[in-house]
Amino acid sequence: MDSTVTTGAEENVWGGGNRPLGASYGKLMMWFFLVSDALTFSGFLAAYGFSRFKFIETWPIADEVFTHVPFFHGNYPMYYVAFMTFILIMSSVTMVLAVDAGHRMKQNGVIWYLFLTIIGGAIFVGSQAWEWATFIKGDYGALETKGGRILQFVKADTGERAALAEFSKTIPSERLKHDKNEGVWFYDEGYQPSYSLNEVMEGFKANSNILIRTETINPDGEKELLSRQESLVKIQSADQVVEGANLIHNEYGSRLFADFFFFITGFHGFHVFSGVMINLIIFFNVVLGTYEKRGHYEMVEKVGLYWHFVDLVWVFVFTFFYLV
Amino acid sequence: MAHEHKLEIFRGLLKFKSNTQKIWGVLVFLTIVTAVEVALGITKPDMLTTTSLLGMKALNWIFIILTLVKAYYIAWDFMHLRDEKNALRRAIVWTPVFLVAYLAFILLVEGNYIYTVFKEGFVTWNF
Repeated sequence: MDSTVTTGAEENVWGGGNRPLGASYGKLMMWFFLVSDALTFSGFLAAYGFSRFKFIETWPIADEVFTHVPFFHGNYPMYYVAFMTFILIMSSVTMVLAVDAGHRMKQNGVIWYLFLTIIGGAIFVGSQAWEWATFIKGDYGALETKGGRILQFVKADTGERAALAEFSKTIPSERLKHDKNEGVWFYDEGYQPSYSLNEVMEGFKANSNILIRTETINPDGEKELLSRQESLVKIQSADQVVEGANLIHNEYGSRLFADFFFFITGFHGFHVFSGVMINLIIFFNVVLGTYEKRGHYEMVEKVGLYWHFVDLVWVFVFTFFYLV
Repeated sequence: MAHEHKLEIFRGLLKFKSNTQKIWGVLVFLTIVTAVEVALGITKPDMLTTTSLLGMKALNWIFIILTLVKAYYIAWDFMHLRDEKNALRRAIVWTPVFLVAYLAFILLVEGNYIYTVFKEGFVTWNF
């Protein structure tokens, strides 16, 4: 226990003479912030776990939700998130290398490693934006029942998912549209799905190859597939067409999944964004030689702690959103 | 600033010559762990998804344990907790560990209770 060694009255640990924690004020305050921020994130993740345990039998399967990789067509679950994780760990490594170069007072080393860290952070935030856009846009489209549950469609012969566009009928219909000049109080009509509920229902009835998949997870860990007869009964409970995901509707399944996805990855993405901004400020300070004049690079170490923390949180978000 | 670094990981099994080398060593280790997680997540071996331990699939336990392993090495080597004094390290680590374990425990038990109410009680939510 090296921290309890006393060398004199002034140096007594409890008198505040020596530094019992052996860390500077700034570093301690950064740790205070990180511990409280860790508790905030834990609160979100625990709330996610709570909602998931509530709907444990109907929760969306992440592998089926996040299946896209930019510039590639096809079904590649997890690969892109794994890539994002690797980018973030990599930028964490360049950050430690920057801190290490700072300890050895090598200004050029710090500049290069901080630069690479900022690039890594920017790639990560960009990837997250793309991931959000893909999630919001949606894949196949689905129907929502009166109870707010999701019905997805599967082709009976191949077992592949069927997109609404593949079987819906186009039924010409008249829709009254109000324009701005017609009323004192005007609301924009907002987003309209590509197919009306009637068009999807008629298309479904006409095409005997289409089955309904419910949210329920069977003992094999797959979503329950209804027979054609059951599907024809089930579709009667449909209430509206859902394409993509937002805070109110989610074509992938439980809407809480979308809510937590936006909230937790959004909060984390905001942390990464602020981290990139803070790193940029420190980067310019290093270039200008501020810390060279100050005689030490402790500031790089402090923002480094924040940056590693962002990586640490992502490790948990990755596990609980994409793996478990 | 702690200028001296402890250069051993895996309880002294692996000792690095310099801090830079240790950083790359930890990166290799973290990459391997992530690769294992992703491989397990994609293949989902039957043996691990069918056996259940304490009410959760064995595969999920593996994911959570590997996550904690990764978190340990990020905090210990990247955030230099290995080089800090014991008192500081314990204050930083055990406070959240205790609070998070407590919160996760009560919320998950409660979530599970509501699941049984939805399932067995007179509540209709899936219609």
